[in-house]
Amino acid sequence: MSLIDSVSLPRSFRLPRVDGLIQWIVPLAIIAIWQVASVTGFVPTRVLPAPSDVVLAGWKLLLSGELVRNIWVSFLRASIGFLIGGGIGFAFGLANGLSQLSAKLTDSTLQMVRNVPHLALIPLVILWFGIDESAKLFLVALGVFFPIYLNTLHGIRTVDPQLIEMGRIYGMSDGELFRRVIFPGALPSIFVGIRFALGIMWLTLIVAETIAASSGLGYMAMQAREFMLIDVVVLSILIYALLGKLADSASRVLERLTLSWHPAFQKR
Amino acid sequence: MQTALRTSLPETELAGRANFAPQARIAREERPVQTSGLPLSIRGLRKSFGDNEVLRGIDLHIPAGQFVAIVGKSGCGKSTLLRLIAGLETIDAGSISFGQDVQPEDIRVMFQEPRLLPWARVLDNVEVGLGRDHASSDAHARAEKALTEVGLADKRDQWPSVLSGGQKQRVALARALVSRPRVLALDEPLGALDALTRISMQRLLERVWRDQGFTAILVTHDVSEAVALADRVLVIEEGRIAHDVTVNAARPRERGSAELAGLEGSILSHLLSADDRT
Ligand SMILES: Nc1ncnc2c1ncn2[C@@H]1O[C@H](COP(=O)(O)OP(=O)(O)OP(=O)(O)O)[C@@H](O)[C@H]1O
Ligand SMILES: [Mg+2]
Repeated sequence: MSLIDSVSLPRSFRLPRVDGLIQWIVPLAIIAIWQVASVTGFVPTRVLPAPSDVVLAGWKLLLSGELVRNIWVSFLRASIGFLIGGGIGFAFGLANGLSQLSAKLTDSTLQMVRNVPHLALIPLVILWFGIDESAKLFLVALGVFFPIYLNTLHGIRTVDPQLIEMGRIYGMSDGELFRRVIFPGALPSIFVGIRFALGIMWLTLIVAETIAASSGLGYMAMQAREFMLIDVVVLSILIYALLGKLADSASRVLERLTLSWHPAFQKR
Repeated sequence: MQTALRTSLPETELAGRANFAPQARIAREERPVQTSGLPLSIRGLRKSFGDNEVLRGIDLHIPAGQFVAIVGKSGCGKSTLLRLIAGLETIDAGSISFGQDVQPEDIRVMFQEPRLLPWARVLDNVEVGLGRDHASSDAHARAEKALTEVGLADKRDQWPSVLSGGQKQRVALARALVSRPRVLALDEPLGALDALTRISMQRLLERVWRDQGFTAILVTHDVSEAVALADRVLVIEEGRIAHDVTVNAARPRERGSAELAGLEGSILSHLLSADDRT
């Protein structure tokens, strides 16, 4: 707060520090109010445990090693499922964006499959894979596939045809044309797909782990529910939120690095 | 800006004009073969898009190093003719020849849009113009030289998005020139620029043409631009060359002089009478 009052500091020096801190004011205030509400008994701890209790529960689970193990399992599922589904989606997006034949062959089928909500497949997936690892990977991969496929395809199809003609005039080979014109041109759209896919990735994983799993964050939350450990339930939810935020930030950093040419990412 | 400043000293230039102009012409003809332009011969050239017969027999000879402007009403096939010359469309009938075998690097095109790669820095965009040579060791040096020629050496590390329209077009010009083409085809390259930037770009274009001696073919909507820059103005009507006007005015030319204004008027009246007939 005192930072905001210190008007005497030069603008250029003051702004970045306030920018970094300002986004934390609201979450910290919420936690503070929550703590006060719990301690005074305004919110019964059966409904919502105090933040201090959640931290304590987290500390215990950390010491027992359970927390790290479950986070690690969920993280592995998320990233492997993402890589498989995203990789296949990217490959189909490239193929259908670059080849008319491939697009005619597969695009309308994929568009049809897209209309099935992938979480509706959970009963079928459990029948196929049981509560095996492959069940979760399959669901995550399927969920991630479509946003990446659609946005890669869209990105490639909307590359400025005048730039492609320019590349040909200046003698670029097909490979060079792809590397220097088509792929960079499609990249902003591909990143939109990645950001969408990351959201779907966590959502799918939470659902899959609460329904059919014997490890992972979702499983940890369901176990805690059975034993009425509400602090652990809240802890799992918060960790999901944190992981989602981390994944989003990582993709933003990557975007910033690779799209530095884009007017939207240029520093003033 | 530099060119504008350089040429905005009419007294000195006017004083020397009578002597300079003929010398410049001689100097261009004496240039070594590898930097001079290619002649262009077009015989019975036809092109249709579906039922739309756009070019109905173009016959044209352009001597090496000539600056030709092509004018005509919108949709008459100017761009089509230029794209055929640049090899961007297939010929239906007739022939286009440059009198010898040409490399892709010998013929360059510039469009109304700069067509720069937004994700490549200015210097990298110019290097694209080297075509197959862009990976060679002197690529950087050649690109820098071309950028210097268009007065943008200090922008080499910028992204295209921060440049003005005129600057982008100058980068596009540097990219077209970096391979030392022998024919430069220009499709309304200055069409999207404001009047002042246009004039400074016209001067730049004239200067590099005189320095390098390529054959220039400029499609333009602006008849005053055509008479200011070209040795010869072709008017296309109904798919044929309807008028072939030689511009003898000495260079550097004085804009708005009676000689140019007279020529401009007569070309405009050709265009307007064609418009009335249809
Ligand atoms: N790729 C194409 N497919 C079909 N028709 C085309 C194509 N390119 C040009 N045309 C047609 O050919 C005719 C001539 O077009 P062109 O672009 O050469 O005209 P232009 O003289 O350059 O006109 P402008 O001055 O407006 O640029 C137009 O009727 C246009 O519709
Ligand atoms: Mg045109």
